Amino acid sequence: MISQLSWKVGGQQGEGIESTGEIFSIALNRLGYYLYGYRHFSSRIKGGHTNNKIRVSTTQVRSIADDLDILVAFDQETIDFNFHELRDGGIVIADAKFNPTIPEGTNVTLYAVPFTEIASNLGTALMKNMVAVGASSAVLDLDIEVYQEVVQEIFGRKGQQVVEKNMEAIRAGAEFMKEQLGDNIQTMKLEKADGKKRMFMIGNDAIALGAIAGGARFMAAYPITPASEIMEYLIKKLPALGGAVIQTEDEIAACTMAIGANYAGVRALTASAGPGLSLMMEAIGLAGITETPIVIVDTQRGGPSTGLPTKQEQSDLMAMIYGTHGEIPKIVMAPSTVQEAFYDMVEAFNLAEEYQCPVIVLSDLQLSLGKQTVEPLEYDKIEIRRGKLVTGELPPLDNKEYFKRYEVTEDGISPRVLPGMPNGIHHVTGVEHAETGKPSELASNRKAQMDKRLRKLKNIQFNTPVHKNVKHEEADVLIVGFNSTRGAIEEAMERLELDGLKVNHAHVRLIHPFPTDEMLPLVQSAKKVVVVEQNATGQLANIIKMNVGHADKIYSVLKYDGNPFLPHEVYTKCKELL
Amino acid sequence: MATFKDFRNDVKPNWCPGCGDFSVQAAIQRAAANVGLEPHQLAIISGIGCSGRISGYVHSYGFHGIHGRALPIAQGVKMANRDLTVIAAGGDGDGFAIGMGHTIHAIRRNIDITYIVMDNQIYGLTKGQTSPRSDVGFKTKSTPQGSVEPALSIMEMALSAGATFVAQSFSSDLKELTYLIEEGIKHKGFSLINVFSPCVTYNKVNTYDWFKENLTSLSKIEGYDPSDRMMAMQTLMKHKGLVTGLIYQNKEQKSYQELIHGYSETPLAHAELKLSKEKFDEFIVEFM
Repeated sequence: MISQLSWKVGGQQGEGIESTGEIFSIALNRLGYYLYGYRHFSSRIKGGHTNNKIRVSTTQVRSIADDLDILVAFDQETIDFNFHELRDGGIVIADAKFNPTIPEGTNVTLYAVPFTEIASNLGTALMKNMVAVGASSAVLDLDIEVYQEVVQEIFGRKGQQVVEKNMEAIRAGAEFMKEQLGDNIQTMKLEKADGKKRMFMIGNDAIALGAIAGGARFMAAYPITPASEIMEYLIKKLPALGGAVIQTEDEIAACTMAIGANYAGVRALTASAGPGLSLMMEAIGLAGITETPIVIVDTQRGGPSTGLPTKQEQSDLMAMIYGTHGEIPKIVMAPSTVQEAFYDMVEAFNLAEEYQCPVIVLSDLQLSLGKQTVEPLEYDKIEIRRGKLVTGELPPLDNKEYFKRYEVTEDGISPRVLPGMPNGIHHVTGVEHAETGKPSELASNRKAQMDKRLRKLKNIQFNTPVHKNVKHEEADVLIVGFNSTRGAIEEAMERLELDGLKVNHAHVRLIHPFPTDEMLPLVQSAKKVVVVEQNATGQLANIIKMNVGHADKIYSVLKYDGNPFLPHEVYTKCKELL
Repeated sequence: MATFKDFRNDVKPNWCPGCGDFSVQAAIQRAAANVGLEPHQLAIISGIGCSGRISGYVHSYGFHGIHGRALPIAQGVKMANRDLTVIAAGGDGDGFAIGMGHTIHAIRRNIDITYIVMDNQIYGLTKGQTSPRSDVGFKTKSTPQGSVEPALSIMEMALSAGATFVAQSFSSDLKELTYLIEEGIKHKGFSLINVFSPCVTYNKVNTYDWFKENLTSLSKIEGYDPSDRMMAMQTLMKHKGLVTGLIYQNKEQKSYQELIHGYSETPLAHAELKLSKEKFDEFIVEFM
């Protein structure tokens, strides 16, 4: 009996690899297991190796596993490409059709199962993935009937016969595998899970759902990997709430349209990845100087240019903080789990309106697309705050004077009226302007307005700017990360602690304005600081050095080959530095 | 009820004396009053350039954005508050060079806004460079030997892109311009009004006199029918685009807002932001 295992299915893109993983994992989720998924895919629709790796556990898991217990292969390339990940004692379940082979001299068992043949005999070779699901389930000793519900949901609209055929394929796969396993049937039997209902979703689902919960009723966006799911979810849901999504002609239109919508009073967002964010930069500056709220999601992927469009990276940090000409107030936040992504989106809309500035919610490919188990989200935690938005009636203005939309105030935040409101007329412009919004180049006005805008974030109220796992007053090492690396760091930390090291962990959730007050004591109380990030230049490390100091004890652990950090990589590289 | 004077403000335009844009400003003010708007019910969204300043020269809500992006901002405003009358405005460089992508797509999207282009066939605020509307041979600072690129036939392009309202006017003809803007505002869908608005400082070719000599009013063409797209296209080609009046209107085509599924009848800007518990639970369960 085991409490955790790592399973991977691989084959050619477009031959049902994703759906194999999807059906298998949904069933496991229904049984109450915790899951964490990773999709390896390329920027093409048909052909090319793709795989879906899923970690299954009876307790919460937040990272890809270092190794692999079960590899399901639809072609030889899958075996050749992934074999090195298999642990001692692992198994390969491969379609007998291609006469699979594995390297000699390893303690890995190959089971050739006629996926295609069994499926064809039942009616169509397309069901070979169902046979594979059945075979996998036999290894884990799962109750096959759990699939009935899942298959019904997926194929129900195609008729009862299709549902039954697919179930037959799953059962046939399981039966065949059981015979093959013989006495080995108990070696990977999974401990029973608690059977509790939990959500199973990708970060982009949580981001989109969070936007809705945060009051967003309009989105303008342009398709891009790995952000499109956000737009696709909102296209499905917003019309039922009276809202709308416009797929624009480009990302400049997406951002400026969302700015226009926010200016006119609806909570609106856009979402993209690096290339789109690069195009939006001028518009983000416009939102900054016009003090228009807007929420922009950046799902980071490999850059620069088209870079590695389907691969993991965290290299947009500096661009998101500084990437617009001139100087504006801007909030950059970075959720580290799917749960946080949901709540952070709600908060992003509140902060955007409270501070009347652009808010960038930073994600990364692994957080956005890695499907994982999420404890039920809580309705009561959803709060809507609109800051200094003027509601109710305004007194008439004398002699067509303009409303002071940009009134210089102590906290820098001015009352905001929406177009359409009587007695609230004012001008809005990206040109430097006076309190009424009318253009002004006066030196004194320029300074007053710049100071006012930049003053807004001086005392930003942000709930948990740093996620801390701090057990030691004095630590040998403080490990710092952001976004999806949290799970890998947590596991590396456990192993380092077992080695007798005192380790603290800080995951930065508010990237800008940087939470220096929170971070300084953590840095001060550690002998060394190791910043783990997925870029080549150590961007977060540099930000910490710039804001917190202590450059002499800050080290970087970097990865920029396109793949997410594995726990053992973080562990090994930290060890080298200690 | 508001009169055109209510749409005036105290800002002195930074346009050169004699600039065609003054008439466009006056026409917008008159048209707004004529269709019965109050100043707070109008939002003018403008681009960058001399003409882009116009949103600050009318007593109404105004948003002066970034170069070439007046249209997406304006569409966003209209989507957020369908009760607002939204006018987008800018120059030919703004709309037909840097913003051309948005222009084409705003036309085909057909959101109910009015787009007024002040077309002076030159870049004025940057002191005299060629524009996509400059004629071949036109000498500017950026085309000292004369422009070799043909001018965009903008009205024909609009028709090709599926425009439901296409009009052209001349800033000297305040009466016709005012009328066309009124019709554009009333049109249920995207209305494009191109206005020949001479630049008295940098364009010494396409002057007031030049336009008076070269423009043909559609009202002078016997039997002209603005609901006939083919006739519109042929007339434009025959007159090299130098016509004024309502060129084409499709009154049957529904606007984007009328066509999309589920879009709120009341302004989204007034929507309840808090999701109901029932909806929330419904969405959550789908992930279980």
